[in-house]
Amino acid sequence: MNNHNLKEYWAINIRYVLILISIWFVVSYGFGILLAPTLNDIQIGGFKLGFWFAQQGSIYVFVILIFVYVYLMNKLDIRFGVQEVEEGP
Amino acid sequence: MSVQLWTYIFVGITFSLYIGIAIWSKASSTSEFYVAKGTVNPLTNGMATAADWMSAASFLSMAGLISFMGYDGAVYLMGWTGGYVLLALTLAPYLRKFGKFTVPDFIGDRYYSQIARTVAVICALIVSFTYVAGQMRGVGLVFSKFLEVDIFWGVIIGMAIVFMYAVLGGMKGITYTQVAQYCVLIFAFMVPAFFISAQLTGNPIPQLGFGSKLVDGSDMYLLDKLDQLHTELGFAAYTSGTKSMQDIFFITVALMVGTAGLPHVIVRFFTVPKVKDARISVGYALIFIAILYTTAPAIAVFSRTNLITTVNEQPYDQMPEWFTTWEETALLNWVDKNGDGRITYAPGQAIVGSPEINRSNGEIVRGEYGEVTLLNPLTSTENELYVDRDIMVLANPEIAGLPNWVAALVAAGGLAAALSTAAGLLLVISTSVSHDLIKKQFNPDISDKKELLYARIAAGFAVLVAGYFGINPPGFVAEVVAIAFGLAAASFFPAIILGIFYKKMNREGAIAGMIVGLLFTLAYIGFFKLLYPEYNTPEYWWFGISPEGIGTFGMLINLVVSLAVGMIFPDPPEEVQEMVESIRYPRA
Repeated sequence: MNNHNLKEYWAINIRYVLILISIWFVVSYGFGILLAPTLNDIQIGGFKLGFWFAQQGSIYVFVILIFVYVYLMNKLDIRFGVQEVEEGP
Repeated sequence: MSVQLWTYIFVGITFSLYIGIAIWSKASSTSEFYVAKGTVNPLTNGMATAADWMSAASFLSMAGLISFMGYDGAVYLMGWTGGYVLLALTLAPYLRKFGKFTVPDFIGDRYYSQIARTVAVICALIVSFTYVAGQMRGVGLVFSKFLEVDIFWGVIIGMAIVFMYAVLGGMKGITYTQVAQYCVLIFAFMVPAFFISAQLTGNPIPQLGFGSKLVDGSDMYLLDKLDQLHTELGFAAYTSGTKSMQDIFFITVALMVGTAGLPHVIVRFFTVPKVKDARISVGYALIFIAILYTTAPAIAVFSRTNLITTVNEQPYDQMPEWFTTWEETALLNWVDKNGDGRITYAPGQAIVGSPEINRSNGEIVRGEYGEVTLLNPLTSTENELYVDRDIMVLANPEIAGLPNWVAALVAAGGLAAALSTAAGLLLVISTSVSHDLIKKQFNPDISDKKELLYARIAAGFAVLVAGYFGINPPGFVAEVVAIAFGLAAASFFPAIILGIFYKKMNREGAIAGMIVGLLFTLAYIGFFKLLYPEYNTPEYWWFGISPEGIGTFGMLINLVVSLAVGMIFPDPPEEVQEMVESIRYPRA
């Protein structure tokens, strides 16, 4: 593995992290806090949307974000050949 | 069978299980004791992390707290889950690759400095001790409420159990007991929630139930009904809350970042075999946590609605049996201010301080309607009802008329939550002493066997100290939880993040940042919480930020100071920069 490739691996990783952290921020701090009063005008079922994001939705999104990152990184590790060797039984 | 008998059965079974695991998983090396040899399956570790993380506060107090805070309760829900995203994306995989035992290990090696290591050890000890005292208190409370055992003996029994598996088994013992404890606590939390959700809304899934219509024939959504009740009684609408937006924002950041910086959580990700496992393990942990954290706000709404509709403007003599039972524990009390025999529930405190029951010769003195009378002075508000927030989870099964075994299950769940968190914290304390202080600072040549012995002694000693604070809680225990998170956010988090993502970060910058962030946060919280609590109101806070949220500010100061001081001093040595480079790749 040469240095150039490792640099690219790290750059892509940083890009993934920044994108996912932006979503994390928008959903929790954006929808759940800053925009909550506005979103509360929209009601889905019994939930006002801002309230729902603050007390339910953001938590579901957090879980999804982690699994998306895991999926992306596992693929990236293999693409750049930095994945850990499976140890035989 | 009575609740008490059921409680003895459940507590007996679960405690025997924990002790059995302790005996089976005795640790024989420091690597086993500190990180279970790094061989824990990621799913197992996720479950253990969830139990480690969810404390007596999450299990017993959070739903009740939210039910009184309404929308504002979101700070806990988002704050105590969102940090896991930061952990998975920015910390856990790299710290796993680094591959040592503790957070101070990383700080000390990364910043090539014993001072940095010492600062980190001090932070880890303060954070963990603050936190563990509250857990032992929780154990004592459950014992005293459900089994009518003295808080003293409750704490002693709890200490003995934790001592068994933490001191014998170390991380290995703790991991497998935490898995068992997670199963106990989540079952105990969910069973009443299913029943109550089905009763109120016809939908047994609480996450959907609290967005559904009521089954009482009113054709109203539950949340609309609750908002209406709140407005009628003079409270702010449940779904809008009362805290200022910037305070909500800052508290949420402090709790999220604090979560990601808590040493007893981070260390769990040293226990899995690979970097890949560390990443997914955080995901599993958050799923297990989310099950409870998405149910808690539903329970908050159910119990709030049940409480208001049961008591408000109803005659006292028609109260159900649970009301009178909980009156005698001083968790739910009524003072008839207007003398009409009906319970008026309105905003504000009903009485000054927490209830002190009026007794004469040991017998409770009853009022005109048979209510338990109190010694407390009354306030001038219209409110006649004192409700302790913990009652919302503890009394839930009774309020909903569920069978006795469900109530007993809640007791076993509360104990599991408190014990699992206490054990994780005790391990951090013992590791900090035996590894970070004794091995790394005073006696590097110590043999593994000796180090393990010191680790056990330190764990045993920590159990005693925690027990002492559980029995004699300093008056400010509840207040200082904010300190644990604020400190973790203002000290560890920036140092670790910069250590991983900024190769040129040097020791001078990191140490200065940690110390300034730590002192600033301590000073602000100390000022408002301990020294001048009378000034603890929004008009005196800086930028409207409460002590709970100030850790966010401390973290920003830490970052700025680290970067500014770092620029003056030389870059870190070549081998440190190479180490930083190497932790970025799972294999290389």
